Amino acid sequence: MKALSQKRRHPFAGVALLLLGLLVTGGLYAAATTINEAQASSETQEYSASDIDEGEKLFAANCASCHGINAEGTDDAPSLIGVGAASVDFQVGTGRMPMQMQGPQAQRKPAQFNDEQTQQLAAYVASLGAGPSVPGEEHLDAEEGDATRGGELFRINCAMCHNAAAAGGALTEGKFAPSLHGVEEKHIYEAMLIGPQNMPVFNDANIPPEDKQDIIAFLKTYESQGTPGGFALGSLGPVSEGLFVWSGGLALLIGAMVWLTSRSS
Amino acid sequence: MGEHGNGDPRDSGAVINAGDGESGQYAVDDPGLPPHRPRLADEDEKTAKRSERQVAVLFLVSIIGTVIFFIGYFVVGHTADLHEVRLQNTLLGLGVAFAMLGIGLGVVHWAKTLMPDHELVEARKPLRTEEQRQEAEQIVGDVLEESGIKRRPLIRNTLIGAAVLAPLPAVVLFRDLDLSEDFGPERMRHTIWDEGVRLVRDPTGTPVRAADLTVGSAMHIVPETLLDITDHGEKLAEKAKSVVLLIRMDPEEIQTVSEGREDWTYEGIIAASKVCTHVGCPVALYERHTHHLLCPCHQSTFDAANEFEVIFGPAGRPLPQLPIAVDDEGYLVARSDFTEPVGPSYWERGNA
Repeated sequence: MKALSQKRRHPFAGVALLLLGLLVTGGLYAAATTINEAQASSETQEYSASDIDEGEKLFAANCASCHGINAEGTDDAPSLIGVGAASVDFQVGTGRMPMQMQGPQAQRKPAQFNDEQTQQLAAYVASLGAGPSVPGEEHLDAEEGDATRGGELFRINCAMCHNAAAAGGALTEGKFAPSLHGVEEKHIYEAMLIGPQNMPVFNDANIPPEDKQDIIAFLKTYESQGTPGGFALGSLGPVSEGLFVWSGGLALLIGAMVWLTSRSS
Repeated sequence: MGEHGNGDPRDSGAVINAGDGESGQYAVDDPGLPPHRPRLADEDEKTAKRSERQVAVLFLVSIIGTVIFFIGYFVVGHTADLHEVRLQNTLLGLGVAFAMLGIGLGVVHWAKTLMPDHELVEARKPLRTEEQRQEAEQIVGDVLEESGIKRRPLIRNTLIGAAVLAPLPAVVLFRDLDLSEDFGPERMRHTIWDEGVRLVRDPTGTPVRAADLTVGSAMHIVPETLLDITDHGEKLAEKAKSVVLLIRMDPEEIQTVSEGREDWTYEGIIAASKVCTHVGCPVALYERHTHHLLCPCHQSTFDAANEFEVIFGPAGRPLPQLPIAVDDEGYLVARSDFTEPVGPSYWERGNA
């Protein structure tokens, strides 16, 4: 140490220090990017530079007024850095974004962008920071999944909000869990992956891809088979069924009473 | 009986006719029953025939309904296809409905249009005479005398003894219905959570690492020891008390940490009982951005950022929180049981 402290006034000491600093920073940066690449390599999709450029233009024209010109977020909308391509594919693909108007939550409507534009937007947002990518086809085939197991997983993880018959239900202050009927397999998968809006995240560590496929299989089986019990009345349980019985059933009973007690002409 | 109603449509059939009560005694006299008005079927044979046919058609509807039921029962619905099950249910329901309603409506229509509709009063039957009553008394006396119960006190006393003792087995049997030791208030006080019990996913039973939860995640959790219970009823009873919702939020968003609870969470991971403190519905409707937990039954809302404080609805107390930690292998474990009874308040609960 003594030798080192004696040489600290050497004319080349500054240069050596500068070199050391550069080496450390460069080394750390290289290590960090490898980790990032390792994460990115798990993503199934690679986007071309032109996709990202086009996506940036679309973003600036359609999204930046709320999400900020660099997607950094404003008071009106959250930051999109690190939300991943899956979020964009879900929100834009189901028409929730661009939002029609500010409200408790964005609602499903016909998509505003075509598949190519959605992909370009996803490419741009994915380029801002690592996040969940659009799922590949291998876990989206409902035919391959186990609907019985999916039903059990659905009832434990999803049914409390989305209803045991996947008909949706109310949450607090105007928010609601939407019906899952007619939702594309890809969007069901993405919703679990990213937890859009107030939905919790069900990442692959919680519900592995095979289990997600089972849930999709359950939803699609339920959708195609229908209910065995006759009129489902929206599958909303005691609310709609009660309304039906109290209004329709009581009217029938009163009608029967009037007929029973009236005199024949 | 029936003196006043002989079925003649021109006779009103009323016991008291309008004007019968004119006595001058009352300010308003009893108006009696309105005069009998004949129905169409009483006077016109064609209308009567039509009513007859209508009743017969209703009975035929009932017959067809029964046939529909048997078609539904024996012919349809023997595949696993839910569409066919649906058709079967429809046929069974409609068949029974038509079978019953056809008979009911037919009988009422028959009575209303074709059976005589005059009103009549049946006079009260005369009371029994004193002689008949004495005869009955005599019979009872004779039986007592012949049985010799007064003369043979040994038989009488042993009979009384036997009759008093015979119901006692029932009392003992009914005591077995008292399950307060198994399901009583003390059992409500504790769950099978304990120090070091791993948190595992429901229904897969896999343990959870802290890294498995990203911010905004929600997991449905049961204690690992639940998997060891083999008796189905016992397992359900324990599961009902020990279900937990595990969520992870940004640690900076946690607003309240009261004294003694500083080490109950792990880097923003919070575990709470899923049993509502109002009437015990499962509270699991979690909103990740507002941190609200909503109970679907009566809209009680709990704030996860403020130790599950009640912010709306009828629930009386916050959801009990499960203290958690990470074990040597990196899995989430409970630090202890819940520190208060889970679920709705009950009389013996106290203020814990």
